[in-house]
Amino acid sequence: MELTGTTTVSRPPAAVYEFWRRLDHLPDFMAHVDDVRTGDGGTSHWVVTAPFGRTVEWDATITDDVPDRRIAWESAPGADVANRGAVEFRPAPGGRGTEVHVAIAYDLPGGTLGELAAKYFGEEPHQQLDDDLRRFKQMLEVGEIVRSEGAPWGKRARHEFPQRPARPLTDEEAAELDLEVSR
Amino acid sequence: MKAVCWAGRNSVEVEDVPDPRILNKRDVIIKVTSTAICGSDLHLVDGYIPTMEKGDILGHEFMGEVVETGSGIPGGTLKVGDRVVVPFPIACGACGMCQKQLYSCCENTNPNAGAAEKMFGHPTAGVYGYSHLTGGYAGGQAEYARAALADVNAFEIESDLDDDQVLFLTDVLPTGFMAADMCDIEPGDVVAVWGAGPVGQFAMDSARLLGAAEVIAIDREPYRLRMAQQAGYTTIDFTDADVRSRLLELTGGRGPDKCIDAVGLEATHGATHVHTYDRVKQALRSETDRPHALRQAIMSCRSGGVVSVVGVYGGMVDKFPAGAWMNRSLTLRTGQCHVHRYVPRLLEHIEKGELDPARIITHRLPLDQAVGGYDIFKNKLDDCEKVVLKPGA
Repeated sequence: MELTGTTTVSRPPAAVYEFWRRLDHLPDFMAHVDDVRTGDGGTSHWVVTAPFGRTVEWDATITDDVPDRRIAWESAPGADVANRGAVEFRPAPGGRGTEVHVAIAYDLPGGTLGELAAKYFGEEPHQQLDDDLRRFKQMLEVGEIVRSEGAPWGKRARHEFPQRPARPLTDEEAAELDLEVSR
Repeated sequence: MKAVCWAGRNSVEVEDVPDPRILNKRDVIIKVTSTAICGSDLHLVDGYIPTMEKGDILGHEFMGEVVETGSGIPGGTLKVGDRVVVPFPIACGACGMCQKQLYSCCENTNPNAGAAEKMFGHPTAGVYGYSHLTGGYAGGQAEYARAALADVNAFEIESDLDDDQVLFLTDVLPTGFMAADMCDIEPGDVVAVWGAGPVGQFAMDSARLLGAAEVIAIDREPYRLRMAQQAGYTTIDFTDADVRSRLLELTGGRGPDKCIDAVGLEATHGATHVHTYDRVKQALRSETDRPHALRQAIMSCRSGGVVSVVGVYGGMVDKFPAGAWMNRSLTLRTGQCHVHRYVPRLLEHIEKGELDPARIITHRLPLDQAVGGYDIFKNKLDDCEKVVLKPGA
């Protein structure tokens, strides 16, 4: 399965590249990614949420790294879900910031796991990448992911409708979100 | 706290709900001192805007006192005790649209941008109390409300002007002003305004302020036309005149130079068969909006003129007079108001006495009488032009 997505961020390419290159930032805005730990020589270990409370893990290596321009990666042999991708950062015309172009490919395995994974990505896998990129943009432009009362879940805002009503959260709901933003 | 909630089509209720809390670091919580019912709230109550959910708090015109600030509010900006007005669209202040001062098209503040994008092609800003398509933000018809990203979205009022004078900076005053601003008014211009509700009245005041030679109000409610007349405007009751003919008479056959649609998707029409056509299509959901005022504005406007649309549309319209629009070199301009752009300027006009926003208020009610307030506003009872709710009363 191949996915592409794009967004424009009102920041210079260097800042946008730098934020993405710090791979431990990725779980902040990618809905499925729980954890990315970076190792030596461009290696990283990914923990990704899978259906029915399972997690899938793999090691990945950065295969291309052009500062302020491009980052490409590939999963190491033996990954549960082999994948590779690249993100490019291009100056937008007229000082409009940076165009971010992402291409990701997943080799979905055959059998039950592959079916589950396909189901998990849903009928509109592009939507998930688009939503990830929207949150990436928010992290860089707003400084955090914007929350409303109807959709207060931050990066876990996968279910659009129906939502909770647009009214303040109860103490129990707020405790689940673990908000620490009040002065 | 108490809050006015959407309880289903044609139903609002005052309910007990939890107090608001800060969800983003740059939020503040406001103790609401005044909040108004907007004509566009009626589109929600009447069921024309999708993605409302039972229990949503309504209201996007509110002001009050800051009682709590988030940890990300930059020092030297907002603090507890400040008196603020809160624009209805929520802007981030940083994205490409905000940088162009197109705040109601902010790219970051709608958590449901994916859904909005499907409906509108591109997402629009979050709006308080205005369906989940605009983000699912709790509204301000309540005792307390959250102002999101408040260093951008709450304007401090330092002067001692009453709430009644500054409350409408949140929406209807800048919306009316933007309607006139989009007209690029030149000396000698005649400006016709469809709809003499609050936005229409402020569009008229703004057109005059921006130099219109004459302003004409079109409506059918005698008390609304009277209000426009008392403010010095010419009026047309569309139920007893052919609007286009009357406009030609009033302009020596030229037609108004600039036309403002301050009506939107629930227009009524003098001709029963036209109204029925659109009403039936709307009921069958093959047309979501009834664009009578827009059609009439396009047909009436002089060639090369501007048709400025601030009445709310939500979806699709039929019988759009594209031929008149194209062949007669009309400019069609529109938008949900970019409120932030206008607040400082309008506040100055109010302080100098050049605008009197309080002139449209006909009803002041305690918050717990909001249900009655919706009823008289919707059904145009008791000469109701504008209802202000006072949570403290």
